[in-house]
Amino acid sequence: MAENKLNREATSDIVQRFDARPEMLVQILQAIVMRYGWIPEETIRQLAEELNLSRADVHGVVNYYHDFRTDPPARHIVKICQAEACQAMGSRTLTEHARGMLGIALHDTNEAVTLEPVYCLGNCACAPAVMINGKTHGRVNPARFDELVGAMKEGH
Amino acid sequence: MSVSKIYVPRETSAVSVGADEVALAIAREAKQTGTRIELIRNGSWGATWLEPLVEVEVDGVRIAYRNVSEADVPGLFSAGLVEGGEHAHRLGPITDVDYLANQDRWTFWRCGLIDPISLDDFRRHQGFNALQKAFADGPDAVLDAVTASGLRGRGGAGFPTGIKWRTVADTEAEQKYIACNADEGDSGTFSDRILMEGDPLGLIESMAVAGFAVGASKGYIYLRSEYPLTHLILSRALDVARDGGWLGANIQDSGFDFDIELHLGAGSYVCGEETAMLESLEGKKGIVRYKPPLPAHEGLFGKPTVVNNVVTLASVSNIMNLGGERYAGMGVNRSKGTLAFQLAGNIKRGGLVEKSFGITLRELIEDWGGGTASGRPVRAVQVGGPLGAYLPAEQLDITLDYEAFVEIGAMIGHGGIVVFDDTVDMAQQARFAMEFCAIESCGKCTPCRIGSTRGVEVIDRMIAGENREENYDLLVELCDTMEDASLCAMGGMTPYPVRSVLNHFAEDFASSGDEP
Repeated sequence: MAENKLNREATSDIVQRFDARPEMLVQILQAIVMRYGWIPEETIRQLAEELNLSRADVHGVVNYYHDFRTDPPARHIVKICQAEACQAMGSRTLTEHARGMLGIALHDTNEAVTLEPVYCLGNCACAPAVMINGKTHGRVNPARFDELVGAMKEGH
Repeated sequence: MSVSKIYVPRETSAVSVGADEVALAIAREAKQTGTRIELIRNGSWGATWLEPLVEVEVDGVRIAYRNVSEADVPGLFSAGLVEGGEHAHRLGPITDVDYLANQDRWTFWRCGLIDPISLDDFRRHQGFNALQKAFADGPDAVLDAVTASGLRGRGGAGFPTGIKWRTVADTEAEQKYIACNADEGDSGTFSDRILMEGDPLGLIESMAVAGFAVGASKGYIYLRSEYPLTHLILSRALDVARDGGWLGANIQDSGFDFDIELHLGAGSYVCGEETAMLESLEGKKGIVRYKPPLPAHEGLFGKPTVVNNVVTLASVSNIMNLGGERYAGMGVNRSKGTLAFQLAGNIKRGGLVEKSFGITLRELIEDWGGGTASGRPVRAVQVGGPLGAYLPAEQLDITLDYEAFVEIGAMIGHGGIVVFDDTVDMAQQARFAMEFCAIESCGKCTPCRIGSTRGVEVIDRMIAGENREENYDLLVELCDTMEDASLCAMGGMTPYPVRSVLNHFAEDFASSGDEP
């Protein structure tokens, strides 16, 4: 699980792992998200310095991509596929169910869970698909969703 | 006592329905019963509806068991799994499973068959023969074979691969690149993923062949971040290839240098567009470039670049092994060879079907797919991802052929087939097409950036019953503008699904929101 505590040295290590090549910015940001779960403002400043880019450049890239969150997520991240193959198997109903069960809308966070849409997990023959903390689950009906969320909260 | 080989796929779909738990249960049960087994985590055969599909090798024949759950495992062992014993889930030899036996496996033939990250297993199944043949025959012979095969880009655009490669080969430059597009973002598609998880070394080999043919020493794979398991398997395969001397400097003493860097996307759909992907590979926002210059002339970092989809590239190793003419002998008209069709959505037997062009959509959906999962009638089928048209049930007899689809305002794209039953609200599907474009537009051109948002609003008014006829005309006009004036397929083809709803399912605008 990602660590929320900021660490300048760890960020520098990530930059060095990519030889401080500015063209690796997207990869570096992915590595930052994997470590911290999100991209804090001060990390953007640090990356700009260490990669010799303008802060505007780094900001632009951070804001462009859906993966680059600028707010800390909850401990668990639940993504529900909203794309066509999952729609054909009831993802709209499943999403409604999830919103009711978790008490939050898509893009929202409560004390335990961040709920997000995702547009295709490539699991279209096992729709509807859900990703929980980076693991893809298939054939997820509302009952199965409740089971998976229950197991997630117990830390399985 | 002999050791029994048991195969449990390590592939996203299989794992998403419990394959890891099944593998653990098998290991546990074997230990408890004192059965000696070798557990192999293969890729998927692509019969996704049968996953988790467990196989056991008995006298050289692989016996398959379908839809195995963790709870089934003790029972399977009692039924004599390791001898291929009778069980309610037993299918018999994997090669006799109809769904697989009737396919034309050219590109996906190793998927399911081999251990994807074993160099030895890969070599035993013709691995790196194509690259060695390329070394022996020379770059020109490779270009000739690919041209003779008639292979066209499988990412969706269908551009002839031989012409693209020849263009890069003929462009003088110090540095050239091979960029593999593995940003498989279209809903209903997963063939790139199945290939990369089931035969990653096959892709690596084909990229090296491409590099050798055009004179590129460096390759990139741009993989979407929604595929974490693929990332793990592909990273491992790259290490295995490097350790075995099949990537790096002076590969197998051929004098040819080639290595591959694996990049992750970051959740942007438009990065599947080739120039946006190149921008992202350069560490920038994934914003579409103007063309020309073509990437073949000025691509990654301004250098000549072959940009091909995963399946396009992976088709090349067998074109080298078996000959371009043989590939061209399959298919119809200008659609040569095979395509890995993907049956998805509301379908009973979803999965991957690699078949020569020329088969009908009905054959795929009924003979392979077995109709809808819900058992209700098929109402609409979206072919080619979110930018593809929705075909009504009356059009299912269309032949899978690039040009036949273009004639009816549709596209085959990357071969994704998403089936909807009669409970679908097509006005909502048209609305989603515009909404998705609004979410994913890179924002460079106005018709796409603003047109998509206006499109959602117009459709909302139609659904609400406000001036339905006027808004209908406005929506058609908006579609014309987006189609004619957008920079890339995102804005330019979002009108396809919208128009197809207007043409075939217009009645749904009057009833949208009603219970079916």
